Amino acid sequence: MQRFTFICAAAAASLALVACGDRPQELKATGVKQDRAAYTGVGKSQYANGGWTVGDKNSWEQQLKARAQYGQNEYQRVAAPK
Amino acid sequence: MARMKFICDAERCIECNGCVTACKNEHEVPWGVNRRRVITLNDGVPGEKSISVACMHCSDAPCMAVCPVQCFYRTEEGVVLHDKDVCIGCGYCSYACPFGAPQFPSQGTFGVRGKMDKCTFCAGGPEEHGSQAEFEKYGRNRLAEGKLPACAEMCSTKALLAGDGDVVADIFRSRVISRGKGAEVWGWGTAYGTAQGGKS
Repeated sequence: MQRFTFICAAAAASLALVACGDRPQELKATGVKQDRAAYTGVGKSQYANGGWTVGDKNSWEQQLKARAQYGQNEYQRVAAPK
Repeated sequence: MARMKFICDAERCIECNGCVTACKNEHEVPWGVNRRRVITLNDGVPGEKSISVACMHCSDAPCMAVCPVQCFYRTEEGVVLHDKDVCIGCGYCSYACPFGAPQFPSQGTFGVRGKMDKCTFCAGGPEEHGSQAEFEKYGRNRLAEGKLPACAEMCSTKALLAGDGDVVADIFRSRVISRGKGAEVWGWGTAYGTAQGGKS
């Protein structure tokens, strides 16, 4: 009888704990990981481009603007040497 | 900074597919998945136009609106990204996207389509920047490296422009003024909801 009670108690306890392993299913609880801002850089990488200060948002923005003008605006590149 | 945007200059695109190749190579995109592709209208007819199409990172992205698990998010720079760990590969975004950007690799068990894959504006995803995990799931994070998307930087005729919306709009405007034609920007109004070519 004591054994039966123990088994019943263990079964009831495991049944009660089953929900603890469930992932949240509400629509609002998306669980999308937090992404870091791009200006925080990639750390130590051979591919990282110099010319801007990692962590400085303004510096990063200026770097991208300068790169866009230099790389994509040939009117400016042609005019530059004059 | 305004927002990151793409502009494809149909007067310049020569359908070389350099942007497609650059993207596939940069991010090691698997077979069957094309984050970017070149579409030619009136192919073979004199005056044909080609445009390079990928995710336009819309201002009011339809994919974000329809995603049942809300795996999408928008970065501070206006780049629309998604979390592959949350995506269930339902394909709703594919139906909603006006550019056909979402791609589904057929590498799942029994040919089931896998997690959605799309252009990230070379901004990686919600993993540690520059990490192997980020590269394997989303590709290189060129923005965090201080670079612009590989497709635009590799474009031989500079038909494809990418970067800060104000900068690329200025570059395109100076071109149009200089050549006196070709003010139409394909997809601009659909993606960003603003006037272009003097028309609303």
